[in-house]
Amino acid sequence: MLAHSVFFYFFSVIAIFSSLMVITSRNTVNSVFFLILDFISVGCLFIMVGAEFLGMIILIVYVGAVAVLFLFVVMMLNVAEQKQSWFIGKKSTHIPIGLIVSVLILLELLVVVGGWRYKDDLMSSSTLNLSDISNTHQLGLVMYTDYILYFQLAGIILLLSMIGAILLTFRQRKGVKKQSYINQISRNPSSSIELKDVESNKGVKIDD
Amino acid sequence: MTEYLQILGNEVYKILFLLVPILVSVAMIVWLDRRVWGLVQKRKGPNVVGPFGLLQTLADALKYIFKEIIIPASANKVVFILAPIVTMTLALVAWAVIPMSEELVLSDINVGILYLFAVSSLGVYGIIMGGWASNSKYPFLGAIRSAAQMVSYEVSIGIIIINVLLCVGSLNLKDIVLAQKELWYVIPLFPMFVIFFISALAETNRPPFDLPEAEAELVAGYQTEYSGMMYAMFWLGEYANILLMCAMGSILFLGGWLPIIDIYPINLVPAPIWMILKILFLFFLFALIKAIVPRYRYDQLMRLGWKIFLPFSLVYLVLTASFLFYFDKLPKGNF
Repeated sequence: MLAHSVFFYFFSVIAIFSSLMVITSRNTVNSVFFLILDFISVGCLFIMVGAEFLGMIILIVYVGAVAVLFLFVVMMLNVAEQKQSWFIGKKSTHIPIGLIVSVLILLELLVVVGGWRYKDDLMSSSTLNLSDISNTHQLGLVMYTDYILYFQLAGIILLLSMIGAILLTFRQRKGVKKQSYINQISRNPSSSIELKDVESNKGVKIDD
Repeated sequence: MTEYLQILGNEVYKILFLLVPILVSVAMIVWLDRRVWGLVQKRKGPNVVGPFGLLQTLADALKYIFKEIIIPASANKVVFILAPIVTMTLALVAWAVIPMSEELVLSDINVGILYLFAVSSLGVYGIIMGGWASNSKYPFLGAIRSAAQMVSYEVSIGIIIINVLLCVGSLNLKDIVLAQKELWYVIPLFPMFVIFFISALAETNRPPFDLPEAEAELVAGYQTEYSGMMYAMFWLGEYANILLMCAMGSILFLGGWLPIIDIYPINLVPAPIWMILKILFLFFLFALIKAIVPRYRYDQLMRLGWKIFLPFSLVYLVLTASFLFYFDKLPKGNF
């Protein structure tokens, strides 16, 4: 298992290094690039422990879509060289909030891992048989049976947040020229071209 | 230790045998593209260097190698150099899972189609990095355009893949091909094939969706500041991606390496030849479309992706699922 552990440490070191670079890098675009590197190495770690479906989904969803939009926003806002106040030594209001959030996440992780350790049947399922079928098949078996409610609820929450975001940013702009595709396609020469005899020295009046 | 080195050597050998033919075929495919383009416009196309002009791309590559690489003074140098490398690498790593016949595949992984989808969706980074690092207006606009475009069309490609997967019941590329032994999916899923083809055009920034490099508006889009070998790498990566999309289309819909009909003289043709013929057929369509279709406007492109392809493929997905469920044709799987 030499190769296995070599690759494991390779990806873990990259993951830890890049997550440190995300919060310490001065250039926000570089931060996002390191975040992407982090996602990729975490995806690789997932694949290494045999959760290939999860690893690929991380690559597709986080790296392929979410991080692209992050990058998009950061580039558009053009906050290239942001001066983080705790580098210079000024007092920042973000630190207490950040500390509270990170302590909460740590506690949640402890609860999850601890619960798994102490109660073996916590992860058991009525439909899942833990034989040697691939984890994609296993996920498929429980996703729409045991966990249908949670799965659908998560979907509805995502849909609602999407609608909310659209509603918040939606504004009706005036004076925007819009094209009606049906009208455009159904135009023909008889309805849009008019031939006029123009008298000399008089011109012709075109009504818009 | 020697055991590991032997395994490593064996893998490197196999990878080289995959990479070299791909790079050569990318060069040939550029020639084919330009030839078809020329013939449609009643020109001859490149026909001077070598027989039928076959060596034209090699001559071009030689020219690029000897040109100076210019890095703009205000560019972010690391990202600027990294961008073409990322494009090229991502276009090549995806080939690891493409099966050319039942045995001829570098790595036969369980989630092959997800891997392909993931790698092709990562392709956008090369373009964004190039556009941003150039620190100039047109490359940046091109990069932003292509990011939005590729993310949008990935959604409908994903749903089309789900359509096929519903009929197969496996994410393995070999299983997908073998499931088409009786009937290629291009027949029952023909509308999905058409949408896949058009989305593949948009995903690889090919005309009529080559808005990231629309020369009338954006000079050359994200490639504006690139020169020499770095430009050539973008170019090769783009064509390798196009070939990859053609391979994906032939695996998902045209039955991969399977012969057209399984009768005596025809099934003697070796499997990789069929695969190559199908990829070439799809590429020929790509080349024809480039020559005969005018470029889309950006809002039209977005409308096509989100308002037409996405709802249509979703509805077709529901129809496929209902059909399979009602007639009890859902794949049972082997577990």
